[in-house]
Amino acid sequence: MTVLTFTLIMFLGALCAGFVGSLSGLGGGVVIIPLLTVLLHVDIHYAIGAALVSVIATSSGSAAAYVKEGITNMRLGMFLEIATTAGAVGGALLSAIAPAPFIAILFGFALIFSAINSLRKKEEHHVEVSSDLALKLKLPSTYPTPSGLMAYGTKNVLGGFSMMALAGVLSGLLGIGSGAFKVIAMDNIMKIPFKVSTTTSNFMMGVTATASCVIYLQKGYIEPGICMPVVIGVLLGAMTGAKILVKVNPKKLRIFFAVVIIGLAFNMIYNGIVDNI
Amino acid sequence: MEQKKIQDRDMQYIIGNLLRYGVWTALSVAAVGGIVYLLRHETERIHYQTFIEHDVNIFQLVANTVKGLVKAEGKAIILLGILLLFLTPILRICFSLIAFFFEKDYLYVGITLLVIAIICCSIFFGFGH
Repeated sequence: MTVLTFTLIMFLGALCAGFVGSLSGLGGGVVIIPLLTVLLHVDIHYAIGAALVSVIATSSGSAAAYVKEGITNMRLGMFLEIATTAGAVGGALLSAIAPAPFIAILFGFALIFSAINSLRKKEEHHVEVSSDLALKLKLPSTYPTPSGLMAYGTKNVLGGFSMMALAGVLSGLLGIGSGAFKVIAMDNIMKIPFKVSTTTSNFMMGVTATASCVIYLQKGYIEPGICMPVVIGVLLGAMTGAKILVKVNPKKLRIFFAVVIIGLAFNMIYNGIVDNI
Repeated sequence: MEQKKIQDRDMQYIIGNLLRYGVWTALSVAAVGGIVYLLRHETERIHYQTFIEHDVNIFQLVANTVKGLVKAEGKAIILLGILLLFLTPILRICFSLIAFFFEKDYLYVGITLLVIAIICCSIFFGFGH
């Protein structure tokens, strides 16, 4: 395949990945990895590198808007970034020694988990009383709602912190934003309102991904020829997806994309088992 | 209390803009690099099936990029874009550090410094073994 053909295919693939990623709520990075490895036979290390670079672009781009609106809890994000960056450094170092089929199989399972999780019915948490540690760390805050500023409390700081470390390891090992795991840490464990936990998770992704990307860069995972079409394609696709998301009811779309993504995940696992990665 | 609220607001505004313009700048540079790269190498064959690990430390990498930029190499311009993209969240952290310092929130100055230290570790662990 020539450079031109490869770049064009990659760009179109990344556009679709960003689009699907944004509509399904899973992020473009997780869709681009199966595309690169299974369809274009690119080595999984290059795929991880390109995907994680695109995670920085999409998450920073969308975090910008939420930060300005004051939904993102920046203190919470900063505190939990200790766990995610430490995990990400560990994950990135692991990815350098882990065999490619192992990464592919683990990736498949993480993908299935995220896809199923995206379909789960979300229940809104709202706690008033915060734990002592949360108060000491000044984590409880407010966020804007149509009926004015809403105050919320925070619990289980240590539980959430540990889950975040795991999210960081997966992010560094698999080259994904691991938003599903971050949201579980904040939403299910720390009982933070859903809107705050999703936007804060987005806000944290850039820093987490950069921590592993620096390692990837030095180890040669980041190949400019692959990254360029991937990053630009994913970002444009995600922006288009976000525009459409406002207009249509995403519920049916979500189920459809979740099924497609689970299919991709099984494909990755199968290819990992028969050692075809 | 009122004073603090205003400062949190300013911080949100500046960080929001920083993230937005940082991403756009980085991607514009990468796109320009991509066009240069395609014009020069469009008919070459790709070889991404096998991964070649190479340990190049980031300082060497930046030096190589600068050398490539002088020759207007497409890959070097793309890499500059990618480096700018990495700088966006790093600048965001540095800005938070300054903002927490001015708010006299020393607990968060410490937390931010810890995150910066971990990222520095990743530079250190990433090469030379």
